[in-house]
Amino acid sequence: MSSKPPIDPAAQDVPTNVSHLELKAKLLMVFMVLLLSLSALYVMYARGAFDETQRLVLMAEDSEGVVVGMDLTFSGFPIGRVHGIELAEDGKARLLIDVTAKDAHWLRTSSIFTLVRGIVGSPAIRAYTGIPTDPPLPGGAVRTVLQGDTSAEIPKVIAAAKVLIENLTELTSSGSPTSALLSNLQTTTQRLNGPGGAMTVLLGGEAEAKKVMQTLERTNALLARLDSLTAKADTQVFGEQGLMPKTRATVDQLNALLGDARTSLQKVDAVLKDAQVISGNAKDASADLGALRGEVDASLRKVQGLVTEINRKWPFARDTEIKLP
Amino acid sequence: MTRNLTSTTAQPVLHWLADWWRLIHLGAVILVLALSPSSYRRDNRLQMVWHIYRNTAPILLSFSVVSALVTVVLTRIVLTTALSYGLTQYALQVLIRVLVLELIPLTAALFVALRSTIPDGAEIAALHANGQWAQMRTSGQDPLRREVLPRVVAGLLAGVTLAALSSIVALVVAYAVGYGFTLSGLPAYTRMFGQVFSPAVSLILVLKTVLFSLAVSLIPMASALYGLRGLYGASVRTSTDMHALVRMFSVLLLIEVASLVGNYY
Repeated sequence: MSSKPPIDPAAQDVPTNVSHLELKAKLLMVFMVLLLSLSALYVMYARGAFDETQRLVLMAEDSEGVVVGMDLTFSGFPIGRVHGIELAEDGKARLLIDVTAKDAHWLRTSSIFTLVRGIVGSPAIRAYTGIPTDPPLPGGAVRTVLQGDTSAEIPKVIAAAKVLIENLTELTSSGSPTSALLSNLQTTTQRLNGPGGAMTVLLGGEAEAKKVMQTLERTNALLARLDSLTAKADTQVFGEQGLMPKTRATVDQLNALLGDARTSLQKVDAVLKDAQVISGNAKDASADLGALRGEVDASLRKVQGLVTEINRKWPFARDTEIKLP
Repeated sequence: MTRNLTSTTAQPVLHWLADWWRLIHLGAVILVLALSPSSYRRDNRLQMVWHIYRNTAPILLSFSVVSALVTVVLTRIVLTTALSYGLTQYALQVLIRVLVLELIPLTAALFVALRSTIPDGAEIAALHANGQWAQMRTSGQDPLRREVLPRVVAGLLAGVTLAALSSIVALVVAYAVGYGFTLSGLPAYTRMFGQVFSPAVSLILVLKTVLFSLAVSLIPMASALYGLRGLYGASVRTSTDMHALVRMFSVLLLIEVASLVGNYY
């Protein structure tokens, strides 16, 4: 046992046929470190560690289903992700969202945020911008998120459906108003199909329907008589010897009479004009007559003066009165 | 009589606990040796680079190819199934979770165990058997530093490298099968990848991969060094190697369960 030669494990284990063994091992190590570093960098990049972000705080009634890392989408494109979830002092959930700076311009002050839960999958946080010309959303803005829950609506829908079904059951049960209505409808349709038809339905009985029929027949007869009466009245009024032709003739005569009257009036008018002229002349004559009288008066005074003179001078004549012609 | 019975039932449990203690002690010693600069002197370094190269390089390509093929098949299955249920948006996320987070680290660890560390353990056992181990001790060399440390470090690095490379290959292949050979789907794929790999999930994946590699590297060595016998002792039906294998699988299972609990609870 002691005669065994000493063993050099290094010389025994490490083969010499692998060239550049140390270099290859180093390359392998470098490759591994590179793989791990790249993987870590990719994970950090995928988690948005290198993105410049803007903080947005959404206030939700309930943060159930919302997890850190969840996307905020705009038109289906992820523009941000949930960075953290906190419980606010008023009991609401504060969703801290990091919006990437390059996509932050899609969010405006009038933007609306929704948190919708589907039946399958996690909830989705969506942003809607109705007026893109509004001012951009400032950093750290706090907005209330509108929540819609499909699965929460299901119990409400089922409750409503249950009430509806109960109402339907009540409506269709025997003795219900609907049942009575249907039986009445059946009676009505039977009456409709029977003698009298709709008239019987409307008036409530066959006798009444007959009365109405009689009334209708009498009305028909009355109408026929009225028709003949109208024909006669037509003849009387518009016939050859009717009222209207005679009236027309009378009107014609009246027209002629009026023409004559107009002619007479024109003549009277001319007479009046002549009378006016005559009266004008008479007026002038009466004016001349005044002047003439003045002259006569002056002549008489002169004559009177002359007689007076003669009488004074003429002694023979005692009678000084002068007789006017 | 009763005392004898108690001692016979307690003894295997004590042995079992002692085995675990030896395993943990060996791990601690290896860690100390790995961190001590004297372990990287020229003669030891040669041993180490040789084992690192031997444990990793020959199986790297073959395992990557196998991973790629399995990924193609699984991706097609998941995508087709998801398409028929109208859930295609979740298909790639499910694939990444199943492949990268769960299957590939476990498979890589098992592959390294079967191809490298269990044969390494057999070599150590042979060194023990043919007296070389004792001879090294008498000649003043530390066989733990010279023979065990390089094999454990090599197994650890091989497990991590295989898991990392296969995960990247699986990610690339899943993308190619899902989106085709175009770069237009890369932003969405990266975003979905980022959603899966939260800090907690990433940490658990790293820890799990390291622990898997450590387990498959250390347990065969401990088994070869201390002849771990298990709870029922060595018998014809359960050899020491088999015990090492069972112990290794148990540890892997425990780590996997712990990671699942960490990821999904």
